[in-house]
Amino acid sequence: MKINSPLDAYKYLPGTNCGRCGEDTCMAFASHLIDRSKSGEDCLPMVEEDKYAKKLEELEKLLAPEIREVTIGTGEKSVTIGGDDVLFRHKLTFFNKTAYAYDITDTMDDKELEERINTIQTFKKFYVGEFLNLDMVAVRCVSGKPETFADTVKKVIGLTELPLVLCSFDPAVLKAALEVAADKKPLMYAANQENWKEVAGLAKEYEVPVTLFAPNDLDLLKSMAKTFAEMGLENLVLDPGTFPTGKEMKTTFENFLKIRRAGIDGDGEVAYPIMAVPLTAWMAYDDDVSASYWETVVASVLTVKYGDIMIMHSIEPYALLPEVHLRDTIYTDPRKPVTVDPGVWEVGSPTADSPVIVTTNFALTYYTVESDISSNKIDCYIVVADTEGIGVEAAVAGGQLTADKIKKTLENAKFDLKEKTNYNTVILPGLSARLQGDVEDKVGSRVLIGPADSGRLPGWLEKNWPPQDK
Amino acid sequence: MSDKLKLSDLNNILKDLDVESLEGVTIEGDIELDIQGGGGMNPAMAYALGHEAAQISLHVANIARMLGYPVDQLFAQCLGAGGEAAALQTEPAIEELLQAKFDVARSSEWNTPIQEVTLGATSADGGSRDHTITLGGEKAMPFYFDAEMPNRNYVTMDVFDMPISMAKAVKSNYEDVMGDPAEWAKKVVNEYNADMVTIHLISTDPLINDTPAKEAAKVVEDVLQAVDVPIVIGGSGNPQKDPEVLEKAAEVAEGECALLASASLNLDYERVAKAATDYGHAVLSWTQLEINAQKELNRKLMKQCNVPRESIVMDPTTAALGYGLDYAYSNMERVRLSALMGDDELNFPISSGTTNAWGARESWMKQSPLKEDSDWGPREYRGPIWEIVTGLSLALAGNDLFMMMHPTSVQVLKEITQTLYGNIEAKNPDITNWITAEV
Repeated sequence: MKINSPLDAYKYLPGTNCGRCGEDTCMAFASHLIDRSKSGEDCLPMVEEDKYAKKLEELEKLLAPEIREVTIGTGEKSVTIGGDDVLFRHKLTFFNKTAYAYDITDTMDDKELEERINTIQTFKKFYVGEFLNLDMVAVRCVSGKPETFADTVKKVIGLTELPLVLCSFDPAVLKAALEVAADKKPLMYAANQENWKEVAGLAKEYEVPVTLFAPNDLDLLKSMAKTFAEMGLENLVLDPGTFPTGKEMKTTFENFLKIRRAGIDGDGEVAYPIMAVPLTAWMAYDDDVSASYWETVVASVLTVKYGDIMIMHSIEPYALLPEVHLRDTIYTDPRKPVTVDPGVWEVGSPTADSPVIVTTNFALTYYTVESDISSNKIDCYIVVADTEGIGVEAAVAGGQLTADKIKKTLENAKFDLKEKTNYNTVILPGLSARLQGDVEDKVGSRVLIGPADSGRLPGWLEKNWPPQDK
Repeated sequence: MSDKLKLSDLNNILKDLDVESLEGVTIEGDIELDIQGGGGMNPAMAYALGHEAAQISLHVANIARMLGYPVDQLFAQCLGAGGEAAALQTEPAIEELLQAKFDVARSSEWNTPIQEVTLGATSADGGSRDHTITLGGEKAMPFYFDAEMPNRNYVTMDVFDMPISMAKAVKSNYEDVMGDPAEWAKKVVNEYNADMVTIHLISTDPLINDTPAKEAAKVVEDVLQAVDVPIVIGGSGNPQKDPEVLEKAAEVAEGECALLASASLNLDYERVAKAATDYGHAVLSWTQLEINAQKELNRKLMKQCNVPRESIVMDPTTAALGYGLDYAYSNMERVRLSALMGDDELNFPISSGTTNAWGARESWMKQSPLKEDSDWGPREYRGPIWEIVTGLSLALAGNDLFMMMHPTSVQVLKEITQTLYGNIEAKNPDITNWITAEV
């Protein structure tokens, strides 16, 4: 965006502090415009009253992200890519996670095609309270025949709601597919140096987003982007080519860095989402496991550094699991501490003889403790105190983890230690040892000090649990 | 069938349609409209005719413009200001690519190189290593085009002083050497291409074997005998015992310029620092995902303990993929960016305990404990890639030295980091028509 201080945005707001946006003041609202948690349209007076129309328009121009957003597909499953404003995620956050497309071809038999699509669209992996999924299907024209490709695209549309990438360099092939798929707003792949005029015509005629492909030629890529924009085509995706190995791969990485840096720094002519094709790893490796591994490696590098959409081939779990997790890692908003719900939670099947272990609601702490315990098949209760998403050491120092907090957590969960357990004992994290006396007084239980690292809980419990005297 | 219509006939037609006629217009030449289909003035026909008439009016307007008549003004008056553009806009027909030159600036903010730290000492410098390894020296973010990266990334592989429990996929590589740290060290160097070896003296933990420091130090001697690469000496992680263990180990390794792992704020870091300075080693400054704590510890090591700058490596903590890697990644990236921009309390090479990836259940569990999850597939492939992706993401955040465990992970991580470093020659496939590739 072109402005970076709430004051800059405030100038365009009504300044009436009407509160209809949910904020007390226009200044508070302005700061949410800058951190992109709210948009201009959330200011209802500006939307409703004509006298603000011009200011709203100006404001939205200033607030528009540096990297253009491009939407592919329709309905619930549609994906939006691009939209970034920073080069490093800690400076704000990255928006619109990288869209992962997996390929199918028009030479696959129906059974294989159905199975692949089924795997792609049903894949799910639980993570911090939700499921990670895959986003798109890329249909490659290998047959070279427009009608064969169109038939396959039709089949794919019948099988899945996921947005599509239609891949061919032959305008006749692309046209045949668009005839059956244009209303699904697929991404057309791709215009290149030879076919760009015809492909631009198709993008215009069918009103679909289009990828520009100029392998390792940033001048050509920029020239095409400029030309398409001049023709009124701005739903563009840039593919500088993904060379899978050697020095060319280093150049590929540098091309991604260069395009994104130029875009964020204000070169509007290349400020579009970038596409990677890690699938090319399969052209460099013969055996499936090596190819899949290298594809995941290339995808990882380009997920971290600026790929907004990518096409991959391997649908093996050992490819998909690290890919979706890494993408989540990079696109998680670093400004929000990740928390879990406070309460008393069971791990395994605890009984009255099981230990009661205290931790924080910082997701990382919680999941670490939880997995340390569950992976050792220990049955226990975990008391998750609401420390506002702060880890043990800092929460003790900052007063977010206190005896009162622990007491309140037990009370809210209606967990009476004397009634539910035989030992009336809680185990505090080693890093909160200094709360011992306080917890004994407030909670009225015995307090044991556990290890500083929950990785040592299994060994510690072996020695210290059950407590010697009841 | 096709009717021919002369422009001069328009007047009559437009009259019928209740539209102002084109009075006083005389047309030179013979403009004809081709109208497909039969007579009558149905809406489609009227639309088509209107379109053609508009085209003609543009044509006529152009003639008028050529004659110097202010046509645009007239159109503006007739149609209202907003209508003008819409009425006259035509799409630019572009026949040739508009040429553009791509250009991007090099970063001007990165003006301070990372401190170089050399590990290991050869006989020339009073040690017995075959070669040394230099970490750091970067003047830009890793593998960026802004400045040449002077030193590649290195991998040190874990060796333990006792048999330990580990993921099956890892264990299968070490069953023959577990319990013999010297053989273990030889195996990782000779067979798995480790750049360095980390000997973890975990048996010294009072909660494990409580091996006396002096006895543990002997294992360090064995490892130094067995291999000639630079080494890292690790304690058990017990904050009470570690300073003593590292002290004794540092003493027997005097002059070898090992990396002592680690000094941290929750143990007697002064004692660890002193062991490093007294016996000629470097020290690993370890903090937990907190940039300010990292600054504080580095400052204390430099100012309070007089550890020279060229003897400090940092470990800002590695959390596994899916278990806080987002914090670890951004923490490291911030550390490195601050260093490049001149923060001399953070300006050191970085080390990652990439082995932590094996703590993620995705890396070792046979299958997902959740029945809602899609099949996790064979774990022998899942584990190594978990370690690779964890390390690789940190390589991009600025990490220099990787502490790792699985031979496949080491091999692939070295391959990709050295590819990005520019060290790998390979013949690339022709990707210009990747779409039709047989894969």
